[in-house]
Amino acid sequence: MKAVEAKKPGLAAGGVLRRPFFWIMAAIVAAFAVAPSIGNDVELREDLLLAAVYITLASNINLILGYAGYVNFGSIVFFGLGGYFTVYFMSALGWNLVAASLIGGLAVSALAYAFGLGILRLRGAYFALATIGVNEAVQAFVTNFTPWGAGTGIYLSTELFLPLGGPAQALWVIYYALVGVMGLSLYLSYFIKISKFGLGLRAIGENEDAAAVLGVPTPRYKTMVYCVSAFLPAVAGGLYFFKGAFIQPIDAFDLNFSTEAIVTAMLGGQGTVLGPALGAYVYEQLRSWLLTSDTFANFQLVISGALLLVIVLFAPGGLMGWLYRRWPGLRKVLE
Amino acid sequence: MIGLLASLVDGLLVGSVYGLAAMGISLIWGVMDVINLTHGAMIVAGMFSLYLMVEFLGVPAYVTLPPILIGGLIVGIALYWIAVHRMIGQPPLMSLLSTFAVNLVLIGLGTAQWGTVLFNVPVSLPGSSIGRYTFPGTHIAAALLTAAIAFLLYLFLFHTRPGKAVRAVSGNREAAELVGIPTTRVLALAFGLGVALACVSGMLIGTMFPFTVLSGDAYQLKSFVVTVLGGLGNPAGALIGGIAIGLFEGLTTPFMPVNWTLVFEFVLFVVALIAFPGGLLSLRLPRRAE
Repeated sequence: MKAVEAKKPGLAAGGVLRRPFFWIMAAIVAAFAVAPSIGNDVELREDLLLAAVYITLASNINLILGYAGYVNFGSIVFFGLGGYFTVYFMSALGWNLVAASLIGGLAVSALAYAFGLGILRLRGAYFALATIGVNEAVQAFVTNFTPWGAGTGIYLSTELFLPLGGPAQALWVIYYALVGVMGLSLYLSYFIKISKFGLGLRAIGENEDAAAVLGVPTPRYKTMVYCVSAFLPAVAGGLYFFKGAFIQPIDAFDLNFSTEAIVTAMLGGQGTVLGPALGAYVYEQLRSWLLTSDTFANFQLVISGALLLVIVLFAPGGLMGWLYRRWPGLRKVLE
Repeated sequence: MIGLLASLVDGLLVGSVYGLAAMGISLIWGVMDVINLTHGAMIVAGMFSLYLMVEFLGVPAYVTLPPILIGGLIVGIALYWIAVHRMIGQPPLMSLLSTFAVNLVLIGLGTAQWGTVLFNVPVSLPGSSIGRYTFPGTHIAAALLTAAIAFLLYLFLFHTRPGKAVRAVSGNREAAELVGIPTTRVLALAFGLGVALACVSGMLIGTMFPFTVLSGDAYQLKSFVVTVLGGLGNPAGALIGGIAIGLFEGLTTPFMPVNWTLVFEFVLFVVALIAFPGGLLSLRLPRRAE
């Protein structure tokens, strides 16, 4: 508890603003926003857009995986369901993008809360099994759910792009919105890490029984983090599928995305704030480089799998673990 | 009414094969507290070994069983040394991730080679008819072979020295080590056995239903449901859980489209996990802490 006491006065006095990492995150977000705007670089924008989605997914899965030590194999469910809610709200109910994606995010969080109440009473491996089940079951459900177009999905009319200033302009708006979601993910991850809530989660990750004995309300914290980690990926999913103007179960619950979220968080260094973002960025760059070659395009899963295996076996700390070991002083600067 | 009964009997036949698959997961969990997420990939490996041998070597479908069993054992032992050995005694997160990674690699290789096209291994075996209803011969054969393999497993675990060692390590690893059992080798053997069971059940499923490279996920989930129903770490319970799931499918298929089954099974799974964390058979046991 000492750590909490030590940090509290700092928080109250706006000490967060004096920490360099707070501004490093701001700089990252600013770089994402500004880089493609210079010279109207559409190619760079698409590249960074995907990176922003990866960073959002990785940062949010890190809340569970890195902080609480629980592996969630079904994180893509949040992303896909967020996409479905948003697309459905816009096409069937005629809502605007902001309302649809935010309400969609809240709806997914509420669902996650409901799931969480059930499955988070499970511990360790049992929970992991349940999240695999969530993934399969939600996909099976959506594939059969006719109001959402069942297996064929939902198309959005391109007229929906008009309020954003036409298709070309809309893509920029969506890009900035996704960068915003990415920024919020980073800050969420940071503020949870330095809060009492975050300390509780990390206590659960270290030793759940000991945490419970010391007064961490473990079931409530786990449910809360599951619910919180659902919101931003769901909003990102809404924006992402609005951009494509089309959603179908195969894309929305893509196995690749779900596994890549885990791979990227592990690659960067689970349990740190910057790690998952770094891992996601590196992985996305690697991926887009590999996808351009015909041989490797087919082996995407193999490469993510091999990468994950090597990390788990030989470098569980990921890139951040390596950086910390190389330059111990970085621990103070990069959270 | 007779239709429902026929559907139930068929569910029983198919369910026993799910039970066989789940025994693999349950055995590994019981011995080393590792959830084997390569299970789905191994089921698919069994299916494709069957397909390749029947298609290119022209052997009869059921002759592939012994080589698949032995191949599965060898692959399983190799997998243990590659992905599991370093994870023993670590938090469950690590072994989950390492076996998951292997699963990704295998499924990735499979999709690169065969895509996600549907494969079918035609097996001509006369069915058995009762009135208007015919039970496919493949289903009957699969159930009989499952019973035989389960019996052999029982003989191995209870009447041979290595089998007894597996049970000893499952009961208490430190104590087993103290009395001179080479626990590491026993863990490798148990993992090999678990994988072999997955491969063989994949092969048997391959004789009954068409399959794709990605079929493993659905069967893996089914195996988890079955394992949880039967109690993690209890192979006999797994077989009974498998039959229970088979009966459940038999009971529900006449009334709802097949693709909803997975949703219902998942609900059943979560309910079972929460209500009977020790499995249906061991309600008296306290909740297992990891």
